[in-house]
Order: sequence, then structure tokens, then C-alpha cells
Amino acid sequence: MRRFRIFTSIAAASTLLLAACGTADQDKTAPAASGGALTPIKLQLQWFYQAQFAGYIAAVDQGFYKEQGLDVQLLEGGVDIVPQTVLAQGKADYAVAWVPKALASREQGAQITDVGQIFARSGTYQVAWKDSGITSPAQFKGKKIGNWGFGNEFELFAGMTKSGIDPGKDVTLVQQQFDMQALLKHEIDAAQAMSYNEYAQLLEAKNPATGKLYTPDDFSIIDWKQNGSAMLQDAVWANTAKLSDPNYQAQTVKFLLGTIKGWAYCRDNPEKCRDLVVAKGSKLGKSHQLWQMNEVNKLIWPAAGGIGVVDDAAWKQTVDISQTTKNQTGDTVLKKAPEGQAYTNDYINQAITQAKAAGIDVNGTSFQPETVTLEAGGA
Amino acid sequence: MFVLAGVAVFVLLWEGYKIVGSQDGTVLFGVRVLPRADDLSMPHLWTVLQRLGRPELTGGRPVWIVVLQACAFTFGITAVGFLIGAFVGLLLAVAMQQFRLVERGLLPYVILSQTVPLVALAPLVAGWGGTIMPPWATVAVIAAYLAFFPVAVGMLRGLQSPATSGVELMRSYAAGWWRTLVKLRFPASLPYLFPALRLAGAAAVVGAVVGEISTGTRGGIGRLIIEYSREATSDPAKVYTAMLGAALLGLVVAGAVSLLEVPLMRHRRHVEVVTL
Repeated sequence: MRRFRIFTSIAAASTLLLAACGTADQDKTAPAASGGALTPIKLQLQWFYQAQFAGYIAAVDQGFYKEQGLDVQLLEGGVDIVPQTVLAQGKADYAVAWVPKALASREQGAQITDVGQIFARSGTYQVAWKDSGITSPAQFKGKKIGNWGFGNEFELFAGMTKSGIDPGKDVTLVQQQFDMQALLKHEIDAAQAMSYNEYAQLLEAKNPATGKLYTPDDFSIIDWKQNGSAMLQDAVWANTAKLSDPNYQAQTVKFLLGTIKGWAYCRDNPEKCRDLVVAKGSKLGKSHQLWQMNEVNKLIWPAAGGIGVVDDAAWKQTVDISQTTKNQTGDTVLKKAPEGQAYTNDYINQAITQAKAAGIDVNGTSFQPETVTLEAGGA
Repeated sequence: MFVLAGVAVFVLLWEGYKIVGSQDGTVLFGVRVLPRADDLSMPHLWTVLQRLGRPELTGGRPVWIVVLQACAFTFGITAVGFLIGAFVGLLLAVAMQQFRLVERGLLPYVILSQTVPLVALAPLVAGWGGTIMPPWATVAVIAAYLAFFPVAVGMLRGLQSPATSGVELMRSYAAGWWRTLVKLRFPASLPYLFPALRLAGAAAVVGAVVGEISTGTRGGIGRLIIEYSREATSDPAKVYTAMLGAALLGLVVAGAVSLLEVPLMRHRRHVEVVTL
């Protein structure tokens, strides 16, 4: 009998543990309440909640999706979550993804279509120390160049190729981490950075020489938008096969209308949207999120053709670079031109017409970015 | 005592290296053999401890509370994963011990299962979250996936450990399969089970932390590590607070598994008396 007691005690301990976990986790897994006749929708984001997705967060919080009869649930990304794959597998109804990466997934069989090109401009920089004298990609020759890899590096490679630099021979490529320490420690001469995130992290760090934060005067920025190698980034992708269903079409227009309203709201109320993002439990600080909100607004507004409309020239440039630029292993993003319906403006144009009728400014012609002061550590 | 001594040795090594180590690290033939000793790469330990006391963000809760809460969340996931994993491992071991065919057929796959990269598995499992189970449970599944292996292998070895004479004695008593299992094989396997459970506990922690990082599951220490590591540019001490939390979690789990040993210890002495 003694032996029995041993196993009983293990079993009892296990049950206790199980019970403890069960109660502890309940508040964290509150299911999305779908009230009344609202259609439940899942939107897969690329990363954790941050101001990069403020428009969607605002549209949920301000009820812009609810007005359209949609109950939108935002799904956070993770290190190994690929939004376009989640979408293609039917685990989400829409996904936010960068165009080149989504096109690469398309080529491998993901049935997805760009229905709203929310970010009209690219936010990718290559940042160097000002005193290094590097101001253009042509000066990368012989330098150590940081890049993120995993398909995030093609604007950099296209920019170098355009300036007559062979990325495979003329520079030392260094795989960059999530942070910008490598640049601060002078391990690399130029680091890849998003205008709305990593660049801000540099300006939130203390300069040990002065005891104050670094300033924009300490760095020089190579902005791929000005070097003709920018690629389209955040876009709303929909399931291609489902787009033949009139119900999904109507739902897509509604979803895009809510999204437009959300981003227009964040353009006009950046501080409020910052607060919404912070309230979502982002670990990045308030000033960092406001900086990000402001920079993201710059990538969207002004939108000459209306927010979300795919610009043919920008699309062509993205596809061209995807097909011709080789990375260090000699791979291109795409082997051939995208087939089928890679993008469509049908739904976004309908949503824009409706938004205009509702009195929403879909162009933001008078948009003026703010001047955001970053605090130490982004707090 | 020994734990404190261990901590002291660690503190001496860390701070000692910061004094003697080169700020730029030691590079031999273009390969960095020793890490940089500057404050950005290796913040002073007291900076890390101070960071624990200061708020996470302006006006927010102090970091230590956030880290402890994240640890508690991950501990829950680890415990669930560990229990599921240990149970599955136990069942597999019994099945493999009982049927040679199952052992031959299954064991290679059990070993193969651990060579599947977690990064390939995690997104697949993550997709179950929100539909057939809450998101935290998918991480527990990943933890269980790592935890079942040492138990299955260790327990199989344990169940096979009784001497032939013992098995024959049971047979002479006309004891059936179940009785032999409960009276002979389980008690004999306990010395094998315990180290296996320790390994499983460690594996479950790794699985839970990596699973959280991989799937972005909110609330746990894995997610906190990845979020804080992104702030390492301007706040290098912060990520170390999360790592301290992860280390603490590992210790707590190891301790919890050792507690399971207490009833087994009594039994082990009993076995020794018999063998003497």
C-alpha cells in the first residue's frame, strides 16, 4: 500500500498544480465577445502591438469596424508567425504583410491578394555614424554592413547594386540583432533600421561621452526612398479564392472602410492612438510609440490616390527589385513575375468612395508630421 | 549555503571579467573569443538589480513585479506541459516495455521527434490557439513535446531494469501483467524515473520559453525576454532582468520536481535494504 500512496501523492500534487494554473490563466484568455449579428473577423498582424498597427487598433477601439457589422479580432505576431501563411491556411481572414515577402509566399503557392496598400512608402533606412562620412550606398565599399536577412534585406541589396557595389564581394555583410548595439559599439559601419522603430532606439540611447541622448546630428541616414530602391511594405492581404465569393467581397470593402477610418483617426489624433497602443500592453514606452505613430503617419499620408490604393509605379519597382536583386546567397525574392491576382484596387476604391461620402479625408493632403521628443529608453 | 556560494562565484566571475576583460573583447584571427566587457554588453550586476526596482516604463509597475508575474504565468504553462509530457512519456514507456513490437516500431520515432526543429513545429501548433484551445495551451503542448522524451526513454530503461529472477518470481506467484508492473517494475524504475523527471522539468521550461518567443504568446517570461531585448539599445540592463526571471523559473521548477522526490526517497531506502 505504501507504493500506492507515493503515486497518489504525485497525482494529488499534479491535480493541485493543474487547478492552480487553471485559475491563474483565466483572465488572460478572455474570448472575443461576438455580440449580436456581428461577423467575426480575424486580422493577423506582423508583430506585437505597436503604433505600426495603430490604425487597426483604433478602428477596433473606436468602433469603426462595428459600424460595418464586423467584430474584428487582432492576432499578434511572433518570431515564427508568418502572417501571409496564417492567412493562406485560413486561420485568419486578413493579414498585414510586407509586399515582397507576401509575393514570395504567393510564388510558393499561397493564394493571397493585396487589397489595400496602407503604407504607400517604405520606412527602411541604413544608418551610419555621421563622422564616418558615409552618406550614400556607394561609400559602403569595404565597410561592414548590417542587415536583418530573412527577406528584409532586399532594399539594401538593390540600393548597393544600383550604386555599382557587389553586395557579395565589396562589403562585409553582418547579420544584425533586434537591437542597434552593433552600430553603437562600432562593430558595423552601417545598420539597417526602420524609421519608426530602430532609428528611434538609437535616439533613446545615452551617449557615454556626453551623458546625454544621441541626437540626429550624430547619425547619417541613407533612405531607400531617395535611392530608388524602396519596396512596398505594410499592406492588407485577403484570401484570393474567397474573393470570388460576393459575401467576402462585400466584407472586404467593409473591412477596408473601417481600416481607412482607423488610420484617418490616427492621423488626426496621434496622441490618442499612442494611448490606445500603450493601453494594449506594449512594452515600448510612450514617447517611442508617439514617434512610431508619427513616422508611420508619414509613410501613409499624404496619399495622393487615396489611402490604400496600390500605385502602379511603386508596385512595378517592388516586383522588379524582387525579380532582379540577388542577395549574398544569389537568391532573388521572386523567380518570375507574380501570376494571377497579386493585387487589386477594386475593393479599396469602393471603400474610399464610401469613406468620402461619409466625410472622411482619404488623402490627408494637409497632413503635417509632428516633432516628437524621445525620452531615454523611449519611456 | 552552496547556492549562495554559487551566486558569489558567478558575481565574482562577472564583475571580475568586467575589470580585466577588454572593452572591445578579445579577437583572435578575426574571431571574437572573449566577449566585450563594456557596460552596453555586460551591464554591472548592481545596474541590473537597480533596474529591477525601477518602473518598467514611466509611471508603470516596477520591473521586478512584471518579471515575477511573467514567471508565474510561464510556470503555469511549464507545469501543465510537464504533467502532460510526463504522463504521455509514462504511457509510452509502459507500452514499449510490454510489447517488443511497439518498442522496435516506436522508439526510433520517439527519438526522431526530438530532432524536429521547434521553429518548424511552433507555428503549426500556434494555429490551434483560439480555436480548439486557448493560446497559452499551445505553448504547453510545445513544452509537453519536449518533456515527454526523457520520461519515455528513462522510464523504459527503468521498467526493463528488474532482474530476470524477479520477473520469474512474480510469474511463479501467478502474478499477471498489471501486478508485475505495479509490484515489481514501477518500484524498480523509480531510480530511473527521477533523473528523467528532472530532465523533463528542464525541457518543459525550455519548451515554454521558446514556445512563447516563437508564437508571441503574451504574458510569459519568453515574451518578456524578446520585448526587453529589443530595448537593449537604450536600456541594456532590462533584458538581463528578464533573463534573471527565466533563471529563477528554472530553479523553481527544478525545486518543484525535487519535491516530488520526497515520497520516493523513502522508497529508495527501502529498496536498498532489500538489495542488501
